Amino acid sequence: MIGKLKKYLPEGRTLVIAIPLVWMLLFFLIPFAIVLKISFSEMMTAIPPFSTLWKYADEMLNVKLNMGNYLFLLTDDLYISAYINSVKMATLSTVFCLLIGYPMAYSIANASPTVRNILLLGIVLPSWTSFLIRIYAWIGILKNNGLFNNFLMGLGVIDQPLIILNTNIAVYIGIVYAYLPFMILPLYTNLVKHDHTLLEAAYDLGARPWKSFLAITIPLSFPGIVAGSMLIFIPVVGEFVIPELLGGSETLMIGRVLWQEFFNNRDWPVASAVAIIMLLLLAIPVAVFHHYQSKEAL
Amino acid sequence: MLKKTFLKLTVAFAVLMISTIGLAEEEKVVNVFNWSDYIAKDTLELFEKETGIKPVYDVFDSNEVLETKLLAGGSGFDVVFPSNSFLGKQLKAGVFKKLDKSKFKNYGNLDEAYLKLLAYMDKDNEHSIPYMWGTTGIGYNVDKVKKALGENVPVDSWDILFKPENISKLTKCGVAFLDAPTEVLPAVLNYLKLDPNSTKASDYTDKAYKVLEKVRPYITYFHSSKYINDLANGDICIALGWSGDVIQAQSRATEAKNGVNVAYVIPKEGAALWFDMMAIPKDAKHPDNAHKFLDFFMKPEIIAGISNHVAYANANKASYPLIDKAIMDNKGIYPSEETKKNLFMFKLLPLKITRTVNRTWTKIKTGK
Repeated sequence: MIGKLKKYLPEGRTLVIAIPLVWMLLFFLIPFAIVLKISFSEMMTAIPPFSTLWKYADEMLNVKLNMGNYLFLLTDDLYISAYINSVKMATLSTVFCLLIGYPMAYSIANASPTVRNILLLGIVLPSWTSFLIRIYAWIGILKNNGLFNNFLMGLGVIDQPLIILNTNIAVYIGIVYAYLPFMILPLYTNLVKHDHTLLEAAYDLGARPWKSFLAITIPLSFPGIVAGSMLIFIPVVGEFVIPELLGGSETLMIGRVLWQEFFNNRDWPVASAVAIIMLLLLAIPVAVFHHYQSKEAL
Repeated sequence: MLKKTFLKLTVAFAVLMISTIGLAEEEKVVNVFNWSDYIAKDTLELFEKETGIKPVYDVFDSNEVLETKLLAGGSGFDVVFPSNSFLGKQLKAGVFKKLDKSKFKNYGNLDEAYLKLLAYMDKDNEHSIPYMWGTTGIGYNVDKVKKALGENVPVDSWDILFKPENISKLTKCGVAFLDAPTEVLPAVLNYLKLDPNSTKASDYTDKAYKVLEKVRPYITYFHSSKYINDLANGDICIALGWSGDVIQAQSRATEAKNGVNVAYVIPKEGAALWFDMMAIPKDAKHPDNAHKFLDFFMKPEIIAGISNHVAYANANKASYPLIDKAIMDNKGIYPSEETKKNLFMFKLLPLKITRTVNRTWTKIKTGK
C-alpha cells in the first residue's frame, strides 16, 4: 500500500527544494506579477487608483495594456539620471564596504576560535537595535552641533562645523555603516575555510606574504567577495530610508523617485513601471554573472 | 515610568483582546489618524472619559501619506484629518462616508461662514467638518532678519524670500522652505499675480520656476516640520511655513527664555488659506463611534482647548469666547478682515498639472 503511494509522494529531495521555491513564489513572483500588472494599467481617481487590465463582457475578454507608463519614463531624463545615480552610489558603497570589510573579515577568520566568536558577536550585535534608530543616531553624530563636529572643534582641528548631514557623504556613511555586516559575514565564512597549507606551500616556493595573498587568498575568496557585493549592491540601489534621513535635497536616488511617484503624484502605474525597470536593470547583470559563474564551476 | 509603560501595554493588550472577541454592538474603539502635534494633551482622555470609547490614535505628517492609505482601501481608520484640497480629490475617488448629521448635537456651533466657504469642495458639507485652519506665510526671527537686511526692508512681503538680493543676505543665518510643492508653487504664482490654482503648465515650469531657480542657492533646506524647532532655537532666521507651526515656535522660544523673538506674518500680496477637515472613510468599522468623536470635537470647550494648545484657528463659533486672548488677538492666527481679502484657497487641479507641479519641485530641489 505504502509502496504504491510512494510513487505519487514527492521524494525528500524534492521537498527540500520545494520550500525555497514556494517562498520565491509567494514573496517574489506573486508580488512581482501584481506590480507588473499595475505598471500596465492607467491612473484613475478611485480606490484603488488604477484601472483594471481585463474585462469580460458579452463573451468577449478585453485585455487593455497601457504601455504609456514605460514610454513616459523615456520622455523625462529624471528617471535615467536617478537610475544612474543610484547605481553609482551602490557601486561606490559596495567598494567602500569591501575595502573596510575585507581586512575585518580576514582578521576575524585568522583569530583564535574564542576571540573569533567575540569579534563575530561584535559585528552582529549592533543589528539587535532597530535599523531606523541606528540611522537616526547618525543624525545626532553628523549634524552641525553634533558629536563629530563638537569633537573636532573641541580638539581645535576645525573652527567651523563641517556640513556633512544632508549631503551625499552622509548617505555613503550611513549605507556603508548599515550594510557592512553583509560584506563581512559571507567573506568570513569563505575565508575561515581556506586551507593554510596552500599559503605555506607558496612561502616554501619563495613567495612573499603580499604575493601569496594576492595570488592565493584573493582568488580563493572570490565567491565570498561576490556574495557580499551582491548582498550590498542590490538593496542599496533601491535604498530609500538612508537617503531620506541623511541625504540632502540633491541626493537623487531611484527609491526617492519611486516614493514621489507613489505618494506625491499618486501615480501607482508609473511608480510600478519604475520599480519593474529597476528590477530588470538589476536582474540582467546578476543573471549574466550567474551564467558565467556556473560555466566556470563546470 | 517603566511601570506606566507596562500598564499602558496591558491596557492596549486588553483592548485588543476585547476587540477580537467581537461584541454585538460596535466595539468601544475608534481608530483616529491625525496630523502630528495637532491636539491638546488631554483631548483623548476627556473623550474616553465621556463616551467610554477608547481612541486608538495614530499620526501622519503629510497629506500624501494619508491619501495613499485611503486610496489603497481598508485603511482601518474611522476618523481622518485631510486638508480640504486633498479631501476634494479623495471625495472624487469615493473615499468618504456621508455624515449623518442627525447624530450630531453640536453641529450648530460651527461657523456658518466657513461652512459656506468650504462647500465648494464638499457640496453642502455632506462628508466633512472643519477642524482647524491656517495660512501659509512667513515665520522669522525678528532681530536677526532686521540685522541682516537693515531697517528698511519690509518683512510683510514675499519679496523677502523671492528676491535674490534679499534672501541672499539671509542665507547665512538659515532659510527654510516647506517641502510641499502644492504650498510653495501657488504662493509663487500668487506673488507673480498669476492664478495660484493655474492649470497652465508653463506657469509652473517657466514662470514660477524662474523665481525659485534664482533663490534656490540661498535656501538652506526643504522640510515640513523641522523649521519649528530651528526657528525657536535661532538655528534659522526665516521660514516659508504654516501659521500655527511658526506660532508654536514662538511660544517654545518664549518658554525657553532664550532671547529668540519669532514672529509670523501673512505677506501683503496674499497667502493660501487652508482647512484641515475631519471625515469618516466609507469602510470605517466603527462609524457610530466616529460620529461621536466628531461631535465631541465640535464641543466649544474641547476645540477651544485644542486651539489654545496648537495655536491654530478653529471654525467653531461657540468656542471663540473660550479661546485665549493671546491667540484670538494674534493677527497671524485670526487675520483681520482686510488681510482675509487677499487670501486664496486651493482648488482641485487636473492630475496632469499635479504631476507638473511635483516635477517642477523636483527640478528646483535637485537641479535635474
